[in-house]
Amino acid sequence: MPSDRSPEIGSTVSIQKHIFNALLEKLKTQGYEVVGPHVENETLVYAPIQKLEDLPRGYVTEQEAGSFRLVYTGHTRYFDVIPGAQSWKQFLFPSHANLFNLKKVNGAWEMETPKPTAPAYAFIGVRGCELAAIQIQDNAFLRSDFTDPIYRVAREKAFILAVNCMHPAGTCFCASMGTGPRVEGDADLTLTELEDVFLLNVGSELGRNILAGLPYESASAFVLNAANRGLERATLQMGRSMDTSDLPDLILNNLDHPHWRAIGERCLSCANCTQVCPTCFCWDATDTLSLDGNQTRRERVWDSCFNPGYSYQAGGNTRPTIHSRYRQWMSHKLGTWKVQYGTFGCTGCGRCITWCPAAIDITVEVADLRKEIR
Amino acid sequence: MAAHAHTHSPASPSERLLEPVWAQVMDITNEAEGISTYWLKFTDPAVEAAYTFEPGQFNMVYLPGYGEAAISISSNPADPTLVGHTIRFVGNVTRAISRLKVGDVVGVRGPFGSYWPMKEMEGHDVIIACGGIGLPPLRPAIYHIMNNREKFGKVYLLYGARTPKDLLYPTEFEEWERAGIQVQVTVDRADEDWQGQVGVVPMLFYRFRMDAPNSVVLTCGPEIMIRFVVYEGLARRVPAEQIYVSLERNMKCGQGSCGHCQLGPYFICKDGPVFRFDALQPYFNVEEF
Repeated sequence: MPSDRSPEIGSTVSIQKHIFNALLEKLKTQGYEVVGPHVENETLVYAPIQKLEDLPRGYVTEQEAGSFRLVYTGHTRYFDVIPGAQSWKQFLFPSHANLFNLKKVNGAWEMETPKPTAPAYAFIGVRGCELAAIQIQDNAFLRSDFTDPIYRVAREKAFILAVNCMHPAGTCFCASMGTGPRVEGDADLTLTELEDVFLLNVGSELGRNILAGLPYESASAFVLNAANRGLERATLQMGRSMDTSDLPDLILNNLDHPHWRAIGERCLSCANCTQVCPTCFCWDATDTLSLDGNQTRRERVWDSCFNPGYSYQAGGNTRPTIHSRYRQWMSHKLGTWKVQYGTFGCTGCGRCITWCPAAIDITVEVADLRKEIR
Repeated sequence: MAAHAHTHSPASPSERLLEPVWAQVMDITNEAEGISTYWLKFTDPAVEAAYTFEPGQFNMVYLPGYGEAAISISSNPADPTLVGHTIRFVGNVTRAISRLKVGDVVGVRGPFGSYWPMKEMEGHDVIIACGGIGLPPLRPAIYHIMNNREKFGKVYLLYGARTPKDLLYPTEFEEWERAGIQVQVTVDRADEDWQGQVGVVPMLFYRFRMDAPNSVVLTCGPEIMIRFVVYEGLARRVPAEQIYVSLERNMKCGQGSCGHCQLGPYFICKDGPVFRFDALQPYFNVEEF
């Protein structure tokens, strides 16, 4: 096999599973920090991985409203596990970022502005809903009139190996949102896992280069068919669904509906949903002043529309009640987001349902609102 | 008139996240109890030379260690070398600002946001209705009208404050009158010396006859006042497209990125603070939205 051989963009090839280690090695040789799903401290995180064996082979997650269980079943697949609380957001839009530091020298403030830097990440195992979430955040952070330098630096360099989802979890509804289980966005490589091979669809020149020289075979009609059938089955197995046909109007025309108050009685305003949400982009800026008052570090940190301080200002709090904060969150995700950026702010990943301590389910709340209006 | 976006569109995307430029406090004018105007001059001459603003825009004013506050610009747009901010000391940052002295330095980012439609208003009568700390973001519009008085029809300023002592810029009223601006002032509670009117700002609409189809209303102040000013305007058949409202919200970035200032689909910092009323109408009466 000639070593300079590489597949065409758009083509799908198959590799033996152990060859994936050579692919990871190649990414590392090219300077990528390879990050993927990994079991650590008995839960599922996104962390640096070295080899195929670092992936959560044999695990599944059982997810329901307010419930997450990582279970070892001993199956032989590496990419079957549906993500936990973490998302790729933490790499592209870090929860803490230093903006600048100030130091008082002879009574005047001297500014030191760290140049935004980020490793070249290789994200291994980005699901359709997660890739859609990255593209939704692109719209928020990479606008024609304003580009976020911290986000841009990380995003431009990131290598994305996406994964078609064969076994969705109980809180998943990506099929309703049009973001999965088949990967629809722009990935460098898109992987489908069958029992004994990985199929890799080549999405970019970068993806093509990574495969160059590795022992791959063209995917046969038989394996492509098996992958398609798997994805069709996954769509049918989706744990939840959301009717989006009357959105965003259903929400924007009913902002005064009493149902918001009913949700507000259950919601704890804990902000879990916004922290696990892969599209939530709100942030705050904080100053950390040294005790002598001569140095300060200015940071950007994640914020949430559920935090009481979020809408606090001199004239009072714009949203003093919990139901008004929940309404802000949901009417943004499924309503005004569409006006602002042309898409919903929800990809159907289900994290907000799984990680809500009060088991509030966005798919149920939309359906209930619709029922009460009819 | 464009729906709401009277904003500068820069040629290439800005990438300055929150780094301020520095400005020195040149003078401090005490306006009323707990309210002063800070006159700022950029320390970098290149920044000063490049700086312009439109009436109704705001700056983010930064005090290291305390944070930033969105403050409207209250000075004459024809002289951007000395930028005035009239500040009420009410939050963490503004209370720290109250301890500044002449010669101290603050950080500034801006100007941000949409502005009063001065160009589109030409040839129209103008009604400026504001209450309390709502006058400062309108003072640049008043100065602009005075600088270009012949371009506007009749101009009315309807202004109210809690008490006579809370009135901002009272020494300028006479000058504004001389420039052909009819100044109507009211207070919620009179004191023993007060000879003027008592009552709320919207009531001042009953004190003159307006040419409604040819009038533009600009308003800023407490939300409840804005609500009734808009109502009085609409009731007299001023088209919603000729009523402009300036709003405030908690803001952290000024660039439509941090999310805090959202009102429905709008980021008040970049799509506002000045909105044409028809753009706000669907969201305006939704409580706590």
